[in-house]
Amino acid sequence: MALFKSVIGKLKSGLAKTRESFGGIVSLLSGRKLDEQLIEEIEARLIRADVGVSAARTLCTGIKDAYRKGDMTKGEDALEYLKREIKAMWPEEDRKLHTAESGPTVILVTGVNGAGKTTSIAKICKRFKDDNKQVLLGACDTFRAGAVRQLEIWSERLGVDIVKGHEGSDPAAVAYDACSAGLARGADVIILDTAGRLQTQAGLMDQLTKIRRVVEKQIPSAPHEVILVLDATAGQNALRQAEGFAEAAGVTSIFLAKLDGTARGGMVVAIREQTNLPVKLIGVGETPDDVEPFDPERFVEAMFEESANVG
Amino acid sequence: MFDRMSDGFNNVFRKLSGRAEISEANVREAMEEVETALLEADVHYDVAKKFCKDVVQDALGKEVTKSLKPGQEMIGIVNDRLIELLGGQPGEDGSEPKGIMKVAPGPTVVMMCGLQGSGKTTTCGKLAAHLKKQGRSVMLCAADLQRPAAVEQLGIVASQAHEKMPGNAPVSFYSEPDKCDEYGKAVGVAVKVCQNALKKAREQDVDVLILDTAGRLHVNDELMGELRQVNTAIQPHQIFLVVDAMTGQDAVESAKAFHSQLEIDGVILSKFDSDTRGGAALSVKSITGAPIRFIGTGETLGDMEVFAPDRIASRILGMGDMVSLVEKAQQEVSEEEAIRLQEKMAKGEMTMDDFLKQLKTLRRMGPMKQLLGMLPGVGQAMKNIEFDEKELDRVEAMIGSMTKDEREKPKIIDNSRKRRIAKGFGGDQSRVGQIVKQFGMVSQMSKQMANLGAGGKVSAVKQLAAGGGMEGMMPGLSGLPGMSARGSTKSGSGGKKKFKQRKKRR
Ligand SMILES: Nc1nc2c(ncn2[C@@H]2O[C@H](COP(=O)(O)OP(=O)(O)OP(=O)(O)O)[C@@H](O)[C@H]2O)c(=O)[nH]1
Ligand SMILES: [Mg+2]
Repeated sequence: MALFKSVIGKLKSGLAKTRESFGGIVSLLSGRKLDEQLIEEIEARLIRADVGVSAARTLCTGIKDAYRKGDMTKGEDALEYLKREIKAMWPEEDRKLHTAESGPTVILVTGVNGAGKTTSIAKICKRFKDDNKQVLLGACDTFRAGAVRQLEIWSERLGVDIVKGHEGSDPAAVAYDACSAGLARGADVIILDTAGRLQTQAGLMDQLTKIRRVVEKQIPSAPHEVILVLDATAGQNALRQAEGFAEAAGVTSIFLAKLDGTARGGMVVAIREQTNLPVKLIGVGETPDDVEPFDPERFVEAMFEESANVG
Repeated sequence: MFDRMSDGFNNVFRKLSGRAEISEANVREAMEEVETALLEADVHYDVAKKFCKDVVQDALGKEVTKSLKPGQEMIGIVNDRLIELLGGQPGEDGSEPKGIMKVAPGPTVVMMCGLQGSGKTTTCGKLAAHLKKQGRSVMLCAADLQRPAAVEQLGIVASQAHEKMPGNAPVSFYSEPDKCDEYGKAVGVAVKVCQNALKKAREQDVDVLILDTAGRLHVNDELMGELRQVNTAIQPHQIFLVVDAMTGQDAVESAKAFHSQLEIDGVILSKFDSDTRGGAALSVKSITGAPIRFIGTGETLGDMEVFAPDRIASRILGMGDMVSLVEKAQQEVSEEEAIRLQEKMAKGEMTMDDFLKQLKTLRRMGPMKQLLGMLPGVGQAMKNIEFDEKELDRVEAMIGSMTKDEREKPKIIDNSRKRRIAKGFGGDQSRVGQIVKQFGMVSQMSKQMANLGAGGKVSAVKQLAAGGGMEGMMPGLSGLPGMSARGSTKSGSGGKKKFKQRKKRR
């Protein structure tokens, strides 16, 4: 998709930035001889990166077996192995956003409170805009104080249309209006922001189902992408988030926000294993340009880099 | 919350108490299981390792293996270590009082900080509501000039706290929205806003000034520098770090960094009402040294509790938290009201209105599942039970469509009345029958309980406890409206999970 052509340049500078934030990179694995203790340290590192106990153990079993058979001797081998394994989990086609074959592409954005939904929408919007697509935003977060205004400010800054209801109005109605406006104005992409909610709040999850149904009714092939925005600092609860939002809203992919901190976002490995949901984009900052496609190899490397900051 | 850890601990206690003789290996093996459970619950890797090592050491030191009740002994050891991990017994560490300090002359300045999206703004509102209830006036200052519409958000939160929350003190709001455009272009803009707010707060004799700062990453030198500037210029009396309770291993990394740069006075854990397994709660204090002060337990401004290590420890160990439950109840029900009800119950005169009132009071205290989880032994038994709050809505609606006579004398409700009531609330006639019957049972039971007298009640509870905790009561509890056992919904690995219509629960 042409959308990501413009990403390439950004990717380079973005990567530099990510590396920077990791500070002096000391790789745990390079130049080390593999032994049982190092394998245990690898497991610890994976757990510290929030991969989760069971996924970490599964990955390390592969390394242990190969080491014991004498097929793996160096730290680098283990790193290569992990890269291969995790890359195999994410075939190329699973890293691109789905779009409509004809008519507007509808993207529904969901997630728990404060995950980074609205900011991530600004980022996705910017990418499409840079690709000369006409974007329309739907402000379906009618609940949180100031949420509509927040999205509206982004729409002004990015120069795109926005459809909004007033605070407290029915979010499904706003979704409906956004879809009809998008159809009428010939928008290429309609992105719907929703209020943050916890997957345990049955009533609010039902509301998501309803929003989705309203969208489906208006544009039968829609939504083409239902994105779950995950905060990279989240722990194992992210798996429950993935399950809960998948069940209620039919999530199709993950936007992993806030990877510019020291969190490694390892829980997406467990999520991929258990729910098959792919990560497609990552957020690395607060401006609309701070977005990159997910790169599994780079992701693995980051787990074994020391963060220099913390004092 | 904590279910995963509770399971881990309970397995250990069961295993150890089921044996006539236990060995050192038994203890170690059991604690390995606990370690896994802790890691799965997002407890920091180093903390989980050390905790289990410490417990094993204590257990061997106290010669648990020779004890007649090794299970009991282990509970004691784990409980002590947990409390220590969570921050120690109240007052034990000579720490300052848990609340917001008072200074003269005012105002007490409180600065909130944290990562992006951790829940600072809502927490500011909760803290304001908390103080307002104590009769202290509050000013909220919007020092987040970065995130679009953050100023507006705090403004709304402030007016909500002022207009809707109980207490006899005003909550005011200070902002300079036009400064948002300057932000990022000039230096020290946020500092200036805070200084102006402080001036205003002094003029207006405000008791507590709360600064809501922008979310930032602990690795962002520039923005951390801004916080240090505010710190130097304003010298807040207390600095709180807001941490999302769902945070994984990174919780301690960021907390450590904020603490080392700002010397925070405490952590406020937000989103504690989620189904997080709560590892952050166990890790923060022992790694950063900063204690957890409050927990946020819901979306409305009243949903905040003081963090009490000993109570949380009992919740983790599945021993319930009666103290918090009673406190919650005391907040909602006055003494006279309680006595009046007690008398009515003793005479068997409880009406549907009383029932409805109790139900509403109970629900104001929090989600039913959370409340029941505070009862000793119930947390474990409740694990696979889902509570449909909507069913309680329906019961409320049903009672609402009864006449005054019917509510006072439910006995008169015959079939034709049932039909009318069912129509009134748009439900099932048989459901009306069920509720009326349940009500009869409840009022019968409460009459007996009320007439037992204090001593009798205690021994009744003791009997219950001796007979394997409250779990025995669960069949009875399952008759409560809204409760249903959850089927196993474990998702299979691999296969793509298709979009499913949410099952309609009845
Ligand atoms: N450093 C960093 N901050 C981010 C990123 N994405 C979002 N944020 C910040 O996280 C905070 C919350 O982001 P929002 O986009 O408002 O999150 P939300 O999910 O829409 O929040 P609610 O609507 O309140 O549930 C804001 O301060 C954002 O600037 C990211 O990739 N990196
Ligand atoms: Mg939002």
